[in-house]
Amino acid sequence: MIISYEISLLLLVLVTAGGAILVKDLMSSVLLLGSYSFFLSLAWAWLGAVDVAFVEAVVGAGLATVLFLLTLFGTNPKDTRLRRPPPSLATFIIFPLLGLLLLYAASDLPQYGDLNSPASIHISPTYLEQSYQDNHTPNVVTSVLMDYRSLDTMVETVVIFASGIACALLLRRHT
Amino acid sequence: MIRPHDSIIVQTLGRFLIPVVQIFGLYVLFFGQYGPGGGFVGGVIIGAGMILSVLIFGHDASRSQLAKKVLHGDGVGMLIYAGVGGLCMIGGGEFLNYANLEIPGLETASRRSLGIVLTQIGVAIDVAVTVVSIVFSLSAEEVMEDSING
Repeated sequence: MIISYEISLLLLVLVTAGGAILVKDLMSSVLLLGSYSFFLSLAWAWLGAVDVAFVEAVVGAGLATVLFLLTLFGTNPKDTRLRRPPPSLATFIIFPLLGLLLLYAASDLPQYGDLNSPASIHISPTYLEQSYQDNHTPNVVTSVLMDYRSLDTMVETVVIFASGIACALLLRRHT
Repeated sequence: MIRPHDSIIVQTLGRFLIPVVQIFGLYVLFFGQYGPGGGFVGGVIIGAGMILSVLIFGHDASRSQLAKKVLHGDGVGMLIYAGVGGLCMIGGGEFLNYANLEIPGLETASRRSLGIVLTQIGVAIDVAVTVVSIVFSLSAEEVMEDSING
């Protein structure tokens, strides 16, 4: 039963992602992209990354859709129809080869939940064991983000701040 | 410029939903230490509540004044975050080493926990302000008029 749930979820992710690219109307494309983010967040939750799933659902499915729609409403109606040329022959050759290469490389990745994978033997055990004694924070993700890797998070905040400033400088002319 | 939405259903639902969304955002922000969530998501949800009020009641409605005032807070979140780091340096430690926050009567772990809460509030303010600011930028009057005329 679990296997069928996984497969249907991955199929939904693939179908919505492909639909967002292939559909002719930009509005439907934006809505399909939002539903793609939602299914992707379900996939994250299924992998156990609840924080990532939360961010994906809120930002990808909620906020990004709203921003895309506002941008669409600010453009001409006739701009929202897409007329794209048919893909060239090179696309049909190169992209399947790239996919095969990626699939071949993916066989070297460690198994899901592997205790001896490099990611779980380097520093993660230290964080998992020390987090509660160090800073009384049961959620290890928060404690890594905001305490052990606090400087990274600060620079990420700078990036968000800079994006807001850039949007205001480019789009607001007088106010 | 976004005008108020005419539908009574949307307006009534908005009046009910916006406070719920904002309370949920605060909950996510402060519950981030104990479960999924945190400053980034909490800030986005609080900002989404304000975006909702702008989209439903329009730019000039009294309910959107909060979202307009928020725009003056550009950079306050960064200031809080970097200020906590500076306070740690004043306390004699490294930048953003919360164990050096000068708060009497707290052991090291509790100081670090407090530092996490403060920086999360900084991230949330920064993200919420940025989100609202981008929405205001995208729906600026000039842009909309240009697209209609040309």
